[in-house]
Amino acid sequence: MALLSDPIIEVTDLYKTFDDVHAVEGISFRVEPGQTVALLGGNGAGKTTTISMLLGLLSPTKGSVKVLGALMPAERHKALTRLNFSSPYVDLPKRLRVWENLTVYAHLYGLKDVKGRIAELSEDLELTSFLKRPFGDLSAGQKTRVALAKSLLNAPDLMLMDEPTASLDPDTGDWVRTYLERYRERTGATILLASHNMGEVERLADNVLMMREGKIVDEGSPSELIQRHGRENLEQVFLDIARGTSVQSGGAAA
Amino acid sequence: MSNQIHDDVCVPQGNFSFRRILAVMLRHLYVLRRSWPRLLELAYWPLIQMILWGFVTKFFMGHSSWVAEAAGVLISAVLLWDVLFRANLGVSLPFIEEMWSRNLAQLFVSPLRDAELISALILMSLVRTLISVTPAAFLAMPLYDVWVFELGIPLLAFFTNLLVFGSVIGITVAGLILRFGLGAESLCWLGIFLLAPVSAIYYPVDALPVWLQWVALSLPSAHTFEGMRMVLFDGVFSWHHFGWAVGLNVVLLSGATAFFLHMMKMARVKGLLMQQGE
Repeated sequence: MALLSDPIIEVTDLYKTFDDVHAVEGISFRVEPGQTVALLGGNGAGKTTTISMLLGLLSPTKGSVKVLGALMPAERHKALTRLNFSSPYVDLPKRLRVWENLTVYAHLYGLKDVKGRIAELSEDLELTSFLKRPFGDLSAGQKTRVALAKSLLNAPDLMLMDEPTASLDPDTGDWVRTYLERYRERTGATILLASHNMGEVERLADNVLMMREGKIVDEGSPSELIQRHGRENLEQVFLDIARGTSVQSGGAAA
Repeated sequence: MSNQIHDDVCVPQGNFSFRRILAVMLRHLYVLRRSWPRLLELAYWPLIQMILWGFVTKFFMGHSSWVAEAAGVLISAVLLWDVLFRANLGVSLPFIEEMWSRNLAQLFVSPLRDAELISALILMSLVRTLISVTPAAFLAMPLYDVWVFELGIPLLAFFTNLLVFGSVIGITVAGLILRFGLGAESLCWLGIFLLAPVSAIYYPVDALPVWLQWVALSLPSAHTFEGMRMVLFDGVFSWHHFGWAVGLNVVLLSGATAFFLHMMKMARVKGLLMQQGE
């Protein structure tokens, strides 16, 4: 049984290698209850690989991943009821109507009141007008809201989000970010998100893990990182690190 | 560590949950319920097969003393072969459908257990098989005067053994597709047809070369079709063949499940669960 003081996520000396590709190389970090942590890095930095290991979809080559006190992937079933996941790269069945998709997942997560919870989330996330439409017929923004509803069905203690606002227009992106902020305030949930959107990270994250080539090359709050790198915003810090031009890059691994 | 809303909205589930099994079935039933082309396709092939073999039976009735002895032998064989064939597809196609719809990762990060997924696929296979073969079984009577239900209780034994063996093949194919990707999806059809010649569907096992008879007798399907012929020709239910079919099914189902779980483990090592899709 996890204690209140235990971290929600504890990653220790984690490696993942695919044949001769080192996707993740010796990263360690902790995420405390109620924190929002962002994994930031360019394409191929190892963000999605790290999230996959946190979800138990991928076995580490070396090191350990503990989520909600459960060792992943061996003890994943202890954690999976209390976490949820959203990614634009993973779909829901396209032929199923929105309410059917949500009903299936509501039963998988063992919801007490399936109809009530779906109605509540539909209202919150403004899905009501397209609940009866097939998921495959929806716009990108609508799909993102449905995926968000699916990821909130079980009111998770931990939400793992891989680029939650990718391919959304600024208005819908802002709407999703506002919703996540409210959800976190209301439930005290922990959020780990991978993103390329610096504005999103600056707005949501308490702590940022900057990744490059499978390593965490810097870590801190958005303001700490901006200050440390002598830049005006997180985007400039990101470019410095991604291009390897920062005096900080390559150092300060967490 | 947990938030109160989570505790308010969720009921703790056990290690093996029928509700989660029903959830996976519901996903496929929603698709079937609304898609008449899919329902039609399920029933279409067994009907065509039955009509074709019905005419073959009529022809052989006057030209073959073997068929004349038991008029329903070919039609019963074709219907039971469809049970085996549809049971195989009933497991492998819903699994492939999860891959086509890029839904596999969502399922595997939900509390669904591997054993629950396998159970749901086998139960879906039962549903799809019943939808497939029932119309053909009923139409055989008015069209050819063959009432397959005359086989009685043994029919249930044959049906169950073929359903389980078809599921065994389906689970094995699903494991291979998980490992090798959708490029291997044609295994759904190839695997079952590879076994057809040695399953003794339309002819007795002793019609095969001796070395192939050993292969045939290591399959539950050959024992089932031998048992079916004994009921039709001799009016005797063969406990010997039934026992072998059940025993082999238990061994093969355990082996196929272990194989699928191993493939899942490999998929976790190789990172295949996040990549699956069209």
